[in-house]
Amino acid sequence: MSETVFVVAYDGTDEGAVTLAARHAAKEGARLHVVHVLEWSPYTFLTPQELADRHRQREADFARATDTVLAPVLERTRVGGLTVTGEVRFGNPTDVVIEVAKEQKAALVFAGRSGTLSARVFGSVASGLAQSSPIPVVIVPAQSR
Amino acid sequence: MTPPRLLRREAFLVLAALVASSSTASAQSIDETINAAVAAVTSPFVAFIFAPFPGTTFPWIVLWLITGATIFTLYFGFVQLWAFKHAIDLVKGDYSDPKHAGEVSHFQALSTALSGTVGLGNIAGVTVAVSVGGPGATFWMILAGLTGMASKFTECTLGVKYRNEYPNGTVSGGAMYYLSKGLAERGFPGAGRVMAVFFAICCIMGAFGGGNMFQANQVHAQIVNVTGGEASFLNERGWLTGLVMASIVFLVIVGGIKSIANFAEKIVPFMAVLYVGSCLAILVTNYDRIFWAVGQILEGAFTGLGVAGGAVGALIQGFRRATFSNEAGVGSAAIAHSAVRTNEPVTEGFVSLLEPFIDTVVICTMTALVVIITGVLEVDPATGSYVWDSAAGRIATEGNLSGVALTSLAFSKEIYWFPYLLALAVVLFAFSTMISWSYYGLKAWTYLFGESAGAETTYNVIFCIFVVIGAAMNLGAVIDFADASLFAMALVNITGLYILMPVVKREMTSYWSRLASGEIRKVT
Repeated sequence: MSETVFVVAYDGTDEGAVTLAARHAAKEGARLHVVHVLEWSPYTFLTPQELADRHRQREADFARATDTVLAPVLERTRVGGLTVTGEVRFGNPTDVVIEVAKEQKAALVFAGRSGTLSARVFGSVASGLAQSSPIPVVIVPAQSR
Repeated sequence: MTPPRLLRREAFLVLAALVASSSTASAQSIDETINAAVAAVTSPFVAFIFAPFPGTTFPWIVLWLITGATIFTLYFGFVQLWAFKHAIDLVKGDYSDPKHAGEVSHFQALSTALSGTVGLGNIAGVTVAVSVGGPGATFWMILAGLTGMASKFTECTLGVKYRNEYPNGTVSGGAMYYLSKGLAERGFPGAGRVMAVFFAICCIMGAFGGGNMFQANQVHAQIVNVTGGEASFLNERGWLTGLVMASIVFLVIVGGIKSIANFAEKIVPFMAVLYVGSCLAILVTNYDRIFWAVGQILEGAFTGLGVAGGAVGALIQGFRRATFSNEAGVGSAAIAHSAVRTNEPVTEGFVSLLEPFIDTVVICTMTALVVIITGVLEVDPATGSYVWDSAAGRIATEGNLSGVALTSLAFSKEIYWFPYLLALAVVLFAFSTMISWSYYGLKAWTYLFGESAGAETTYNVIFCIFVVIGAAMNLGAVIDFADASLFAMALVNITGLYILMPVVKREMTSYWSRLASGEIRKVT
């Protein structure tokens, strides 16, 4: 039987989504895959100095996200024999989460919903996923346990 | 090398002396004093670069640029035509490796390089070309833009191929690096080093001249223009505008206040779209004169239409202003382009050929058409030829204006509030060009003196002083020095490109065959 995978979109604060996903994963014997996306567009404008420094900056951002965002959540969630993997990627959060979910052949995607005003006006990762994910999405409100 | 603290003090003393002298002399004489002092130093250099062939009036440097662009066009089999669509696909990210997300994209390298080239050259420089060389200069300018695409392709491919990637992840690229490393590879290490050093020196002068003084000069001109022209408080007080601009530039490049640079960098593309949009609006409302204007351009290109220099004068002006605007063959843009993340250097070469196209073939042509159509250049109704003002060395213009002020007048004939918008665009274009060029010059400076905080501060302070000088000087003297310094870069750069062009051809042939065989595919 092939492995069941749940993907969690984690922005560094959606603890509710991670907790809920972990609970369901434990129940169903699924592997949890945490994705943290560093927002990046190849169509932004940079100064020449930023261009020259971009690779160094990218490596630094990647290392910081891996150490301070991803590693702690993986460690917290790896309890009771639950298999948890994770990765940090650059790009548009919604697109990247969908891409990873496809790569992982995920059965479900979990995403937190912040409910802030800006998310309501400009859209959020949760609403983006709800609209365009080809895989079922569980949207977890903030404070949900 | 001079310790930076000492230099800062010297810089302060110079500025203090300038301000102090204003209490004893009239403000007018400060600008004049600066102009006379600097022009005396720069004019021998300018005279050398623009020296004509014996017995003719044709500057040898213009022939050098034409020859270079033509040879690259032929050698790469009109790469600007057959690779144009592929260049657009690359910019769109169709071939970008998803693993490279977060790295510098083709779009970013191109847009940054463009913000360095799209500047006052497109707005004021073109008007100079058309008023000195006649409408025919536009034809030669477009031709220079089209052939310049091949020069840009060559230099930017080399820029990526021979860049330095440091262990800390930063990159440095540009003509200095391909001249020294590329020539060493081809068995001329000594010549490569000498040429790289010569290029770096010219690049610093180019940064001060074209990337700085000309920009500052025309910003001042347009600010005076919208604040009352000759009645403006700032009239003949270029040093004052210069001081303000230098302070802002200082805050960014020395003080490290990146938000100002980021703001300019992000808003410039929108200003460029707005500028081109305004040009299009004027062309649409004057659609009945477009064919006439095109006729003037074509006729002027081969007859001169009463312009003193004739067709040759139009050609010289067209090539001068096009090269100044798009910097093809100059070697400067390779510095920005070389930061892209790609395994195939030639892809950045393809992308870079869009730069002279957007800059010259699109934006410069727009300016030229607006200037011609709005009729700010005086025509003798009896003969239909342009009226030549021999004292000014150009076609007689309404209000005897030149440079950016004439562009502004042309636009204001159709859109009365446009001069204010233009003033804003001019400030932002100039500012982003200055920031880009301060960096190009800095790379050349650190190539010569090593990467240290002291060396960088010294350069940055000198750069700021040149902002003041540029704003205070006369347009004619500034533009001559700006051109001469850029063309001196082209002198050594194009020589290097001739030696290294087989390297580019190898890269190009290999890449194109892998693309044709399907080994390199679009990312779906």
